[in-house]
Amino acid sequence: MLPKIFFGYFAIAMVVLSLLIITRRNPVHSVLWMLVLFFHIAGLYLLLNAEFLAAVQVILYAGAILVLFLFVIMMLNLKEEISGERFEGAWPLGVSVSAIIFVLMLLTTGDFVHGPVGKYTIEVIKSETHAKALGKLLYTEYLFPFEIASLILLIAIVGAIVLAKRRS
Amino acid sequence: MVPLSWYIGLSTVIFMIGVVGFLIRRNIIVMLMSIELMLNSVNISLVAFSHYLQDLRGQILVFFIITVAASETAIGLAILVALYKNKEAVHTNEITEMKG
Amino acid sequence: MNIPFPNLMPVAPEIIITVAASILLIFDLALRNKGPLAFLSLLAAGVTVYAIIQPASLGETFGGMFISDSYSVYFKLIFMVNLILTVLISLKYLQRQKAEYGEYYSLLLFATAGMMLMASAKDLIVLYLGLELMALSTYILAGIKRHDIKSNEAAMKYFLLGSFSSALLLYGISLLYGLTTTTDLYQIAAYLKQTGSSMPLLMSMTLIAVAFSFKIAAAPFHMWAPDVYEGAPTSVTAFMSVGPKAAGFAVIGRVFLMSAFQGMQADWTPILIGIAILTMAVGNIVALSQTNIKRMLAYSSIAHAGYALLGIIAGTEEGLHAMMTYLLIYAFMNIGAFAIVILLDKGDEIKDYEGLSKSRPLVAALMLVFMFSLTGIPPTAGFIGKFNIFMAAIKAGYTWLVVIAVIFSAISAYYYLRVVMNMYMKEMKQEAAIAPSPSLGLAILITVLMVFIIGIMPSVVIG
Repeated sequence: MLPKIFFGYFAIAMVVLSLLIITRRNPVHSVLWMLVLFFHIAGLYLLLNAEFLAAVQVILYAGAILVLFLFVIMMLNLKEEISGERFEGAWPLGVSVSAIIFVLMLLTTGDFVHGPVGKYTIEVIKSETHAKALGKLLYTEYLFPFEIASLILLIAIVGAIVLAKRRS
Repeated sequence: MVPLSWYIGLSTVIFMIGVVGFLIRRNIIVMLMSIELMLNSVNISLVAFSHYLQDLRGQILVFFIITVAASETAIGLAILVALYKNKEAVHTNEITEMKG
Repeated sequence: MNIPFPNLMPVAPEIIITVAASILLIFDLALRNKGPLAFLSLLAAGVTVYAIIQPASLGETFGGMFISDSYSVYFKLIFMVNLILTVLISLKYLQRQKAEYGEYYSLLLFATAGMMLMASAKDLIVLYLGLELMALSTYILAGIKRHDIKSNEAAMKYFLLGSFSSALLLYGISLLYGLTTTTDLYQIAAYLKQTGSSMPLLMSMTLIAVAFSFKIAAAPFHMWAPDVYEGAPTSVTAFMSVGPKAAGFAVIGRVFLMSAFQGMQADWTPILIGIAILTMAVGNIVALSQTNIKRMLAYSSIAHAGYALLGIIAGTEEGLHAMMTYLLIYAFMNIGAFAIVILLDKGDEIKDYEGLSKSRPLVAALMLVFMFSLTGIPPTAGFIGKFNIFMAAIKAGYTWLVVIAVIFSAISAYYYLRVVMNMYMKEMKQEAAIAPSPSLGLAILITVLMVFIIGIMPSVVIG
């Protein structure tokens, strides 16, 4: 029962927060609501026994990505932005198309049969701690994608410098 | 125990809120945040699958998605800064150099 | 725990190209003149081609995450053609555009590495990361003229729609993972053969199909292409009208025909047929009203994605080969056309081509060749490409679809030949200035030769 109550709280809070994020006029408010949302997502990860990812979620998303958002918003002057039109003209169309897709998606989840169960039970993960289990996989089986991820980070650095550098 | 389908449902709801936000908002920063919402909903469903399937692959993918999301945000905001330097606009309907 | 060191031979081409890209980044700091960087990237591309065609490079590695087979080798050669030609056409163009950043060449190499990873991915995680490596590099390339508002806009639009489509892809991937507990494409196929089709599986398949329709700019997910192609620097437009599109097709071919969704052909064929017809219709009909040649080529590239999809729809080995050949031919003729656009000092509008045959007969003749090839008139390569793909579709029993494609192909003659008509039938308004350079000349020479060689001796690329 208790997990269900926890889930219920997190689910309702997350949906409300997401709606707040996409409807706020001032992007700074959106970013701050998003910060709250990310803490809730981290909480949900804890409920799913993924402590390491919960920590990464808070450190990376809340600590790095949102700070980047805030920096840019502060750097650009958004005064007239706030007084402008909030939604684009054809928004009822966008909402109704999305609603249809949403109903379709929800209908399909009823038939969802998950695949075969693997070997990483909660006990196995507990016996070697979550971070270690994940790390072991990441540096052995998933070494190749890990290397590609490093290239992606390199591209991000190069790109940010190339695009936002002052004109010389 | 919470059923798996609840998690899938939650992830679908947040994903679609992200899609709606992307489609109806014209503020580039909010559009970027909508994309982050979509990615986070995927992460939720992946972690849930990973837990219920007792398989860590989903969490590995979440790890990579977070990495890519960070890079994507950095590049997106860099493009926005470059755009803003040339023209003070953060609304897509103000960006209309090209029509056709 | 003892972990065997992975066999690096199959990934050698990718390693060479990323190492070269990183070296270029370092050299860029020391060099004021960026010419040698272009030369180095050509050298790297040459070495990579050598590594790709080594028979020893075939095989799987990294625990089955990465596969190098004849399919991926063919696509990697297309990416190399794309890379080499793009470097050749950008050398002087970037100087003219005052956007000569050394990072440009390393980004081209990184984007190509991403495409190669996509073509070779045997695992959804590698597939996704390869896609992002390619996409992020291309977003930056589209916006590399950072002082130019049009280039910024192009980058922004490309970025927003690209990230949106990768989020859709991820949702599809997550469903697929939940249904099968694996991310290995071939294991997914094996597992799905046992369980059969279900609603969530169809949802996942549709989302993945939509995400890749964005990448190959197929209608109704093509909206970004014209703006992005027009705004990006022309050399980058040439690069991304061929590379990311071919990479998208490589993935569609592998995921839909060769592995994961192999058993669901009856489910995805109608979706792809719808997309293909709509793509050919939108691409060809909207192209008729364009006045800017880069926009016209953007719509033409949308239309060509529609033709190439026929190869996948056919669902046969032959169809797949025809699609691959088509993309290679498309690389030559499309980059050739963009090279002519770059060659002209002022060549962005279709009316700039009026009377070109009088002031610059050779340039006009070359443009004529590329336009004929894009239309699909023999003896050019474009004809061979279309002919193959239509034959494959007819053999698979889609005669009615081929009839539709031929009709749209006939419509396309109107806008391609309008450029030709402008060059040969209209009066010259003013002498057209050109900005020739040895590297651009070499690129045009290669493309025009290949268009004729493939057109006359198709056996060069088939088989």
